[in-house]
Amino acid sequence: MSEKTALSVDDPFAAALAMEDVPGRSLWADAWHRLLKNRAAVHSGAIMGVVVLSVVFGPMLLPWEADFTDWDHTSTPPSLATGHWFGTDAVGRDILVRTLAGGRISLLVGLVATLVSLAIGVTYGAVAGYYGGMTDRIMMRGVDIIYALPFMFFVILLMVVFGRHIVLIFVAIGAVNWLDMARIVRGQTLSLKNMEFVEAARACGVDHHAIIRRHIIPNLLGVVMVYVTLTIPQVILVESFLSFLGLGVQEPMSSWGALVNDGAQDMESAPWTLVFPAVFLTVTLYCFNYIGDGMRDALDPKDRL
Amino acid sequence: MKQEGILRHTGTRFLGLIPTLLVLITIAFFLIRIAPGGPFDSEKVLPPEIRANLDAKYHLDEPLLQQYFRYLGQIMSGDFGPSFQYKDWSVNELIGRGFPVSATLGGLAMLLAFVVGTLIGIAAALRQNTAVDYSVMGVAMLGISIPNFVVAPLLILGLAVYAGWLPAGGWDWSWQRMVLPVITLALPVIAYIARLMRGSMIEVLHSNYIRTARAKGLPEHVVIRRHALKPAILPVISYMGPAMAALITGSVVIERIYSIPGLGSYFVQGALNRDYTLVMGVVIFYGVVIIVLNFIVDLLYAGLNPRIRYDEAQ
Amino acid sequence: MALLDVTGLEVRFDTPEGVVKAVNGMDLSVAAGETLAIVGESGSGKSQLVMALLGLLAENGSASGSALFRGQDLMQMTPRELNGIRGKHIAMIFQDPMTSLNPYLTIEKQMVEVAMHHQGLARDEARAHAVEMLRAVRIPDPEERIRQYPHEYSGGMRQRVMIAIGLLCEPDLLIADEPTTALDVTVQAQITELVGELRQQRQMAIILITHDMAAVAEISDRIIVMYAGEAVETGSVEDIFYRPHHPYTRGLLASVPRLDRVSDEELQAIPGNPPNLQDLPSGCRFRDRCSQAMEECLQRPPLWTTGGGRTSRCFLPMEGGYIAAAEGPNEPGEPVETAEVRDASAAGPGDKRREGAA
Repeated sequence: MSEKTALSVDDPFAAALAMEDVPGRSLWADAWHRLLKNRAAVHSGAIMGVVVLSVVFGPMLLPWEADFTDWDHTSTPPSLATGHWFGTDAVGRDILVRTLAGGRISLLVGLVATLVSLAIGVTYGAVAGYYGGMTDRIMMRGVDIIYALPFMFFVILLMVVFGRHIVLIFVAIGAVNWLDMARIVRGQTLSLKNMEFVEAARACGVDHHAIIRRHIIPNLLGVVMVYVTLTIPQVILVESFLSFLGLGVQEPMSSWGALVNDGAQDMESAPWTLVFPAVFLTVTLYCFNYIGDGMRDALDPKDRL
Repeated sequence: MKQEGILRHTGTRFLGLIPTLLVLITIAFFLIRIAPGGPFDSEKVLPPEIRANLDAKYHLDEPLLQQYFRYLGQIMSGDFGPSFQYKDWSVNELIGRGFPVSATLGGLAMLLAFVVGTLIGIAAALRQNTAVDYSVMGVAMLGISIPNFVVAPLLILGLAVYAGWLPAGGWDWSWQRMVLPVITLALPVIAYIARLMRGSMIEVLHSNYIRTARAKGLPEHVVIRRHALKPAILPVISYMGPAMAALITGSVVIERIYSIPGLGSYFVQGALNRDYTLVMGVVIFYGVVIIVLNFIVDLLYAGLNPRIRYDEAQ
Repeated sequence: MALLDVTGLEVRFDTPEGVVKAVNGMDLSVAAGETLAIVGESGSGKSQLVMALLGLLAENGSASGSALFRGQDLMQMTPRELNGIRGKHIAMIFQDPMTSLNPYLTIEKQMVEVAMHHQGLARDEARAHAVEMLRAVRIPDPEERIRQYPHEYSGGMRQRVMIAIGLLCEPDLLIADEPTTALDVTVQAQITELVGELRQQRQMAIILITHDMAAVAEISDRIIVMYAGEAVETGSVEDIFYRPHHPYTRGLLASVPRLDRVSDEELQAIPGNPPNLQDLPSGCRFRDRCSQAMEECLQRPPLWTTGGGRTSRCFLPMEGGYIAAAEGPNEPGEPVETAEVRDASAAGPGDKRREGAA
């Protein structure tokens, strides 16, 4: 970035003064490096990697299925001898495999509901921010109104009204969580829209759709990525909330929330039924929060919280 | 000049509440009516005449739109109607029983969260990047991440069952029974406020006007108390609205775990039993509570931040 | 006896990329009632210099050296002791008036607290004093306006308020860190004029940090020119403006656009960029951008002086001067024969002006 002007080519100490150029770095590379320096985020990423791998591949490697009842070993504490490393519950189901299988559901809901949230939020926010004016005001007023409502209650209502179908869970949770994303995207779009390079594109006659596609959306990616990472734990939390209340995924599918609910019933006599799913759930949420925080710091160091 | 600004500000905000309320009522109404199956389906099968009588009594045989306007009219006069589930009770009475409990729980939790969260956040900010700061923030992150239905059983196990210091649940307005639920409910909000306060305070402490205050030769504690505290706490005040909504949401689970007869419990029961009027009533009631509380927080914020008043008056 | 006597001041910052030396061994002194201007580019260290004096450095900064003020060494004081000096004996005003006042407190509160704290005045006395000060800096209708908030004032008015706050306790020294940089040109002139007036009325010493050469000419007595963390030239206003010695000073003065020059002349800029403070060139720090650099410049240049507070750190000999510092190939204390003074306006080796207009 600093270039030195030599006095003249044949000058005796042009050599002494010569300096190399510092190579430039793209914004993304910069952000990536900053993220890697954040130890908490890196460790969290590693832990999440382990969790995801064990959740995806673990149940395939274990000798039991999640709903297999081992009548010889009901309510046994964790032990290597019985092969039930996390113990069993009251009807003899292996806690380890149930935890991992439950993880699949929790993470799946997390991912899909977040994508639903993303789709709705980004579209809504980008449209509001881009068109601005009255459209923006009306749309954001709508967001304000909905934001003020106790949406957990609506989700519960939805679950009760329409039954506990897993697709409905994706949609319901996603539909309830898009508000923050919409607000952020709208704010970002508004400031992008007013930046010079968009004005320049308009001056060259590029039409609205192309501008949105080529200029606005790539620049939204950063902010969107941060909020996706922060939405996933929120969504997982909502799902486990519902499951805890008995309104989540239907049997025989189970999620961490449902497992915690089951475990809480027996926590005095068989605390391991509570502890293992609870730990997995907590660790996942914890790590996602750190990763999201790290990404937010990496993409905009001035935004530190 | 300034007074006009405040009045206009209050007035605008107040008027803005009405559409919100309307939307709330409408969504809740149509949502629960869309449900297949009515309120009496889950009970024993009733002979058709009795069924028809019941439907007529509760106006369920009228067209949906008519029921809606009838209901709207009822709400305006403050009557939420009779409960379908608890036959001898009206929804108003049920809310009257449950709300004081939930309000006490929520109010104490909010107070605890605000006081503790703010203090922790300020302490961490003043010791930025020290061991104290990192450990406190790590714990705060944990507080945000652990769901309250995980904390509650653990607390109950530890403090009630094994140590026997506190009762494990129930509600009789004694302080012992309040301790665990209030703490469990407040925990995530304490954590969030702590992080928020810390970040805000750090940012304020780096601002130019704090540098000016120091250059004036004022002692550091005066600089913090008089110059830094008010600007730093503004984001926390803003957060109070969503915080209360979060507490209301959390109370649903807390009341369940600790067997507390609050409004959240009634709601869940009502939802499971298709008690239309009760569910609607609770949703609308809580909605109104949240809206009013948000309004108060807005006013508080405007009171503290002179720039808002100025902008509105323009 | 000087009011402020600074010797060997060094300021360092610990950054993730290494230690940055913002100020390298500065000496300066200010007499009572004197106005000293410190001039330099951004990054020359001029702001950090004064921040270090008042103990206002960022957390990762540290300073060493001595700074004697009224007989006490500021660099050795505890924060508590410094608080007794800041705002009372030494006042400081900053560059950005838009953000230097607390937006959440009234002007009254921000002024009254200074008078009450340092002078022990009661609230109404302090208020009256503050109103008087606002009047002195020509804020219209001060009785009313003192109750307002900063956002109800314009930028120029806010800077006046800052000055008023600085003057409340009648300090011996006022440090003004680029007070006009963030303001409109017309307002700049007003503020400069105001400071000039106040300086005459109050017998107050001023350290004026700026790159506004016009303000320097108008109200300063002496000038220090800083480059890359050290003083490259010092002298009285006349000496510096009419007989500049150091190539950097000459470059600075030449780069100021003038109304009386022929308008189709190119603007003279100093080529290159300020050096990276973590990677300073050896020897003379200005040599990469200097049109008169010589082989000797790879060594640290000696400090020339005429003994009257006029110094220059350069290998080029100063007329009527002698070498004061023991660096470089020359011996200190010996006046150097300067009969063959190299005329700096003649083209020398590597002189770019050979190609330019005469």
